[in-house]
Amino acid sequence: MQVECANGEGITLRMPWSPSIVGNPQTGAVHGGAITTLMDTALGMATLCALPEFEVCPTLDLRVDYMGPGVAHQDLFGHAHCYRVSREVIFIRGACYQADPGQPIAQVVGTYMRLGKDIKGGLNFARTLKGEAQ
Amino acid sequence: MIPAQVHRQLREAHARGDYSALLGLIPYAGLIGIQCSRDGDDLLFRLPANPDNVGNPLLPAIHGGVIAGFMELSAALYLLVFSESASIPKIIDFSIDYLRAGHLRDTFARCQLWRQGRRVTNVAITAWQADAAEPIATARAHFKIKELVAPLK
Repeated sequence: MQVECANGEGITLRMPWSPSIVGNPQTGAVHGGAITTLMDTALGMATLCALPEFEVCPTLDLRVDYMGPGVAHQDLFGHAHCYRVSREVIFIRGACYQADPGQPIAQVVGTYMRLGKDIKGGLNFARTLKGEAQ
Repeated sequence: MIPAQVHRQLREAHARGDYSALLGLIPYAGLIGIQCSRDGDDLLFRLPANPDNVGNPLLPAIHGGVIAGFMELSAALYLLVFSESASIPKIIDFSIDYLRAGHLRDTFARCQLWRQGRRVTNVAITAWQADAAEPIATARAHFKIKELVAPLK
Protein backbone atom coordinates (compact mmCIF):
# COMPACT_ATOMS: atom_id res chain seq x y z
CA MET A 1 0.00 0.00 0.00
CA GLN A 2 1.21 3.51 -0.70
CA VAL A 3 -0.08 7.06 -0.49
CA GLU A 4 -1.22 8.25 -3.90
CA CYS A 5 -2.12 11.75 -2.75
CA ALA A 6 -2.95 13.54 0.49
CA ASN A 7 -4.10 17.08 1.28
CA GLY A 8 -6.52 18.94 3.53
CA GLU A 9 -9.41 17.46 1.59
CA GLY A 10 -8.52 13.83 2.24
CA ILE A 11 -6.24 11.00 1.30
CA THR A 12 -6.02 8.41 -1.48
CA LEU A 13 -4.13 5.14 -1.02
CA ARG A 14 -3.13 2.69 -3.71
CA MET A 15 -3.08 -1.07 -3.11
CA PRO A 16 -1.57 -3.09 -5.96
CA TRP A 17 -3.59 -6.03 -7.19
CA SER A 18 -1.80 -9.27 -6.29
CA PRO A 19 -2.76 -12.96 -6.53
CA SER A 20 -2.37 -13.39 -2.76
CA ILE A 21 -5.32 -11.08 -1.91
CA VAL A 22 -7.75 -12.74 -4.32
CA GLY A 23 -11.02 -13.95 -2.79
CA ASN A 24 -12.64 -15.43 -5.88
CA PRO A 25 -10.17 -17.62 -7.78
CA GLN A 26 -12.64 -17.93 -10.68
CA THR A 27 -12.61 -14.19 -11.46
CA GLY A 28 -9.46 -12.93 -9.71
CA ALA A 29 -11.52 -10.40 -7.76
CA VAL A 30 -9.89 -9.19 -4.56
CA HIS A 31 -11.40 -10.45 -1.27
CA GLY A 32 -13.63 -8.06 0.67
CA GLY A 33 -11.27 -8.43 3.63
CA ALA A 34 -8.42 -6.88 1.64
CA ILE A 35 -10.74 -4.05 0.56
CA THR A 36 -11.77 -3.51 4.19
CA THR A 37 -8.10 -3.43 5.21
CA LEU A 38 -7.34 -0.84 2.51
CA MET A 39 -10.34 1.27 3.54
CA ASP A 40 -9.75 1.03 7.32
CA THR A 41 -6.20 2.25 6.64
CA ALA A 42 -7.41 5.04 4.33
CA LEU A 43 -10.11 6.24 6.74
CA GLY A 44 -7.70 6.02 9.69
CA MET A 45 -5.06 8.04 7.83
CA ALA A 46 -7.65 10.60 6.69
CA THR A 47 -7.75 11.73 10.34
CA LEU A 48 -4.21 13.09 9.76
CA CYS A 49 -5.62 15.36 7.03
CA ALA A 50 -8.23 16.85 9.36
CA LEU A 51 -6.38 17.18 12.69
CA PRO A 52 -3.92 19.95 13.60
CA GLU A 53 -1.60 17.46 15.34
CA PHE A 54 -1.04 13.71 15.25
CA GLU A 55 -3.50 11.77 17.38
CA VAL A 56 -4.03 8.05 17.65
CA CYS A 57 -7.53 7.38 16.28
CA PRO A 58 -8.70 3.80 16.63
CA THR A 59 -11.72 2.63 14.64
CA LEU A 60 -15.02 2.57 16.51
CA ASP A 61 -17.00 1.11 13.66
CA LEU A 62 -16.79 0.63 9.94
CA ARG A 63 -19.43 -0.21 7.37
CA VAL A 64 -18.61 -1.41 3.87
CA ASP A 65 -21.24 -1.54 1.11
CA TYR A 66 -20.10 -3.60 -1.86
CA MET A 67 -21.28 -1.98 -5.10
CA GLY A 68 -19.91 -4.71 -7.34
CA PRO A 69 -17.08 -7.18 -7.69
CA GLY A 70 -13.63 -5.95 -8.57
CA VAL A 71 -11.64 -7.14 -11.55
CA ALA A 72 -8.29 -8.93 -11.72
CA HIS A 73 -4.93 -7.28 -12.50
CA GLN A 74 -6.01 -3.73 -11.68
CA ASP A 75 -4.70 -1.73 -8.70
CA LEU A 76 -7.21 -0.65 -6.07
CA PHE A 77 -7.55 2.89 -4.77
CA GLY A 78 -9.05 3.92 -1.47
CA HIS A 79 -10.11 7.53 -1.00
CA ALA A 80 -11.29 8.91 2.35
CA HIS A 81 -12.26 12.26 3.78
CA CYS A 82 -13.45 13.44 7.18
CA TYR A 83 -16.84 15.13 6.98
CA ARG A 84 -17.20 15.92 10.66
CA VAL A 85 -14.51 16.36 13.29
CA SER A 86 -15.90 16.67 16.80
CA ARG A 87 -14.02 16.86 20.10
CA GLU A 88 -14.09 13.09 20.68
CA VAL A 89 -15.12 11.44 17.45
CA ILE A 90 -14.34 11.82 13.73
CA PHE A 91 -16.88 10.82 11.05
CA ILE A 92 -15.29 9.65 7.80
CA ARG A 93 -16.53 8.53 4.41
CA GLY A 94 -14.66 6.83 1.62
CA ALA A 95 -14.82 4.80 -1.54
CA CYS A 96 -12.78 2.07 -3.15
CA TYR A 97 -12.38 1.94 -6.92
CA GLN A 98 -10.14 0.47 -9.59
CA ALA A 99 -9.87 2.19 -13.00
CA ASP A 100 -12.77 4.65 -12.61
CA PRO A 101 -13.45 6.71 -9.44
CA GLY A 102 -17.01 7.13 -10.77
CA GLN A 103 -17.55 3.35 -10.57
CA PRO A 104 -16.69 2.48 -6.95
CA ILE A 105 -16.53 -1.20 -5.97
CA ALA A 106 -17.22 -0.28 -2.33
CA GLN A 107 -18.61 2.66 -0.36
CA VAL A 108 -17.41 2.99 3.22
CA VAL A 109 -18.40 4.97 6.28
CA GLY A 110 -16.75 4.83 9.68
CA THR A 111 -16.30 6.59 13.01
CA TYR A 112 -12.93 6.97 14.66
CA MET A 113 -12.22 7.89 18.28
CA ARG A 114 -9.82 10.75 19.11
CA LEU A 115 -7.51 9.62 21.91
CA GLY A 116 -5.87 13.05 22.13
CA LYS A 117 -2.23 14.03 21.72
CA ASP A 118 -1.41 13.67 25.42
CA ILE A 119 -1.88 9.94 25.58
CA LYS A 120 1.37 8.14 26.23
CA GLY A 121 1.03 5.56 23.49
CA GLY A 122 0.17 8.30 21.01
CA LEU A 123 3.22 10.42 21.83
CA ASN A 124 5.52 7.43 21.66
CA PHE A 125 4.03 6.46 18.35
CA ALA A 126 4.50 9.99 17.00
CA ARG A 127 8.16 10.04 18.17
CA THR A 128 8.78 6.70 16.51
CA LEU A 129 7.31 8.00 13.26
CA LYS A 130 9.54 11.07 13.49
CA GLY A 131 12.59 8.92 14.20
CA GLU A 132 11.87 6.82 11.15
CA ALA A 133 11.46 9.90 8.97
CA GLN A 134 14.88 11.35 9.87
CA MET B 1 -22.38 -21.24 -9.76
CA ILE B 2 -20.31 -23.48 -7.54
CA PRO B 3 -18.66 -26.16 -9.68
CA ALA B 4 -19.81 -29.72 -8.90
CA GLN B 5 -16.26 -30.57 -7.86
CA VAL B 6 -16.26 -27.82 -5.21
CA HIS B 7 -19.67 -28.96 -3.92
CA ARG B 8 -18.21 -32.43 -3.52
CA GLN B 9 -15.16 -31.02 -1.71
CA LEU B 10 -17.47 -29.06 0.60
CA ARG B 11 -19.49 -32.13 1.51
CA GLU B 12 -16.37 -34.17 2.17
CA ALA B 13 -14.78 -31.39 4.20
CA HIS B 14 -17.82 -31.05 6.43
CA ALA B 15 -18.13 -34.82 6.89
CA ARG B 16 -14.48 -35.06 7.97
CA GLY B 17 -14.40 -31.74 9.83
CA ASP B 18 -11.28 -30.86 7.83
CA TYR B 19 -11.70 -27.71 5.79
CA SER B 20 -8.09 -27.20 4.64
CA ALA B 21 -8.88 -28.13 1.00
CA LEU B 22 -11.69 -25.55 0.98
CA LEU B 23 -9.40 -22.87 2.46
CA GLY B 24 -6.76 -23.79 -0.11
CA LEU B 25 -9.07 -22.55 -2.88
CA ILE B 26 -9.07 -18.98 -1.52
CA PRO B 27 -5.73 -17.14 -1.76
CA TYR B 28 -6.78 -14.50 0.82
CA ALA B 29 -7.48 -17.27 3.35
CA GLY B 30 -3.87 -18.40 3.06
CA LEU B 31 -2.56 -14.83 3.24
CA ILE B 32 -4.03 -14.13 6.69
CA GLY B 33 -3.72 -17.77 7.81
CA ILE B 34 -7.34 -18.48 8.78
CA GLN B 35 -8.14 -21.95 10.15
CA CYS B 36 -11.50 -23.65 10.50
CA SER B 37 -12.56 -26.58 12.64
CA ARG B 38 -15.79 -28.39 13.37
CA ASP B 39 -17.15 -27.81 16.86
CA GLY B 40 -20.13 -30.13 17.29
CA ASP B 41 -22.68 -28.83 14.80
CA ASP B 42 -20.96 -25.46 14.70
CA LEU B 43 -17.81 -24.08 13.06
CA LEU B 44 -15.00 -22.42 14.97
CA PHE B 45 -12.67 -20.09 13.08
CA ARG B 46 -9.17 -19.29 14.25
CA LEU B 47 -6.65 -16.69 13.16
CA PRO B 48 -3.27 -17.71 14.62
CA ALA B 49 -1.10 -14.88 15.93
CA ASN B 50 1.03 -13.70 13.01
CA PRO B 51 3.34 -10.64 13.03
CA ASP B 52 2.43 -10.06 9.35
CA ASN B 53 -1.12 -9.20 10.49
CA VAL B 54 -0.05 -6.43 12.88
CA GLY B 55 -1.39 -2.91 12.23
CA ASN B 56 -0.05 -1.10 15.30
CA PRO B 57 3.52 -2.32 15.93
CA LEU B 58 3.83 -0.46 19.24
CA LEU B 59 1.04 -2.20 21.15
CA PRO B 60 1.39 -4.56 19.15
CA ALA B 61 -2.15 -5.01 17.83
CA ILE B 62 -3.63 -6.82 14.85
CA HIS B 63 -4.73 -4.50 12.02
CA GLY B 64 -8.45 -3.72 12.26
CA GLY B 65 -8.79 -4.48 8.56
CA VAL B 66 -7.37 -7.96 9.07
CA ILE B 67 -9.78 -8.60 11.95
CA ALA B 68 -12.62 -7.48 9.66
CA GLY B 69 -11.31 -9.63 6.80
CA PHE B 70 -11.04 -12.62 9.13
CA MET B 71 -14.63 -12.14 10.29
CA GLU B 72 -15.98 -11.56 6.78
CA LEU B 73 -14.20 -14.66 5.51
CA SER B 74 -15.50 -16.65 8.49
CA ALA B 75 -19.07 -15.63 7.58
CA ALA B 76 -18.57 -16.55 3.92
CA LEU B 77 -17.12 -19.97 4.81
CA TYR B 78 -19.87 -20.53 7.34
CA LEU B 79 -22.47 -19.86 4.64
CA LEU B 80 -20.67 -22.11 2.16
CA VAL B 81 -21.12 -24.96 4.62
CA PHE B 82 -24.53 -24.15 6.10
CA SER B 83 -26.58 -22.04 3.69
CA GLU B 84 -26.88 -24.73 0.99
CA SER B 85 -26.43 -22.05 -1.65
CA ALA B 86 -26.03 -23.08 -5.27
CA SER B 87 -23.67 -20.16 -5.86
CA ILE B 88 -20.75 -18.80 -3.86
CA PRO B 89 -22.35 -16.41 -1.32
CA LYS B 90 -21.72 -12.84 -2.50
CA ILE B 91 -21.12 -10.16 0.09
CA ILE B 92 -23.60 -7.25 -0.03
CA ASP B 93 -22.49 -5.29 3.02
CA PHE B 94 -20.35 -5.74 6.09
CA SER B 95 -20.50 -3.69 9.28
CA ILE B 96 -18.07 -4.06 12.18
CA ASP B 97 -17.92 -2.61 15.70
CA TYR B 98 -14.51 -2.67 17.36
CA LEU B 99 -14.82 -3.26 21.10
CA ARG B 100 -11.24 -3.88 22.26
CA ALA B 101 -7.74 -3.86 20.81
CA GLY B 102 -6.87 -7.15 19.12
CA HIS B 103 -3.54 -8.12 20.64
CA LEU B 104 -0.92 -10.23 18.90
CA ARG B 105 -2.36 -13.57 19.94
CA ASP B 106 -4.74 -16.14 18.49
CA THR B 107 -8.16 -14.75 17.56
CA PHE B 108 -11.35 -16.81 17.30
CA ALA B 109 -14.66 -16.23 15.56
CA ARG B 110 -18.08 -17.80 15.61
CA CYS B 111 -21.03 -17.06 13.30
CA GLN B 112 -24.76 -17.00 13.76
CA LEU B 113 -27.19 -17.23 10.87
CA TRP B 114 -30.01 -14.94 12.03
CA ARG B 115 -32.12 -15.12 8.94
CA GLN B 116 -31.89 -17.05 5.74
CA GLY B 117 -34.20 -15.87 3.02
CA ARG B 118 -34.36 -17.24 -0.48
CA ARG B 119 -32.00 -14.63 -1.86
CA VAL B 120 -30.36 -12.90 1.09
CA THR B 121 -28.93 -14.08 4.41
CA ASN B 122 -28.12 -12.13 7.55
CA VAL B 123 -25.11 -13.36 9.55
CA ALA B 124 -23.65 -12.08 12.82
CA ILE B 125 -19.99 -12.70 13.63
CA THR B 126 -18.31 -12.43 17.02
CA ALA B 127 -14.52 -12.39 17.46
CA TRP B 128 -12.59 -12.83 20.71
CA GLN B 129 -9.14 -13.71 22.00
CA ALA B 130 -8.52 -14.94 25.55
CA ASP B 131 -12.12 -14.83 26.79
CA ALA B 132 -15.20 -15.54 24.66
CA ALA B 133 -17.22 -13.37 27.04
CA GLU B 134 -15.04 -10.36 26.14
CA PRO B 135 -15.28 -10.02 22.35
CA ILE B 136 -12.79 -7.76 20.54
CA ALA B 137 -15.28 -7.10 17.74
CA THR B 138 -18.80 -7.88 16.61
CA ALA B 139 -19.93 -7.67 13.01
CA ARG B 140 -22.90 -8.37 10.79
CA ALA B 141 -23.11 -9.02 7.10
CA HIS B 142 -25.62 -9.61 4.34
CA PHE B 143 -24.81 -12.12 1.61
CA LYS B 144 -26.62 -12.86 -1.63
CA ILE B 145 -27.24 -16.57 -2.10
CA LYS B 146 -29.03 -18.82 -4.55
CA GLU B 147 -31.35 -21.57 -3.38
CA LEU B 148 -30.11 -25.06 -4.07
CA VAL B 149 -32.71 -27.49 -5.37
CA ALA B 150 -31.04 -30.59 -3.95
CA PRO B 151 -29.75 -30.21 -0.38
CA LEU B 152 -25.98 -30.06 0.10
CA LYS B 153 -25.71 -32.21 3.21
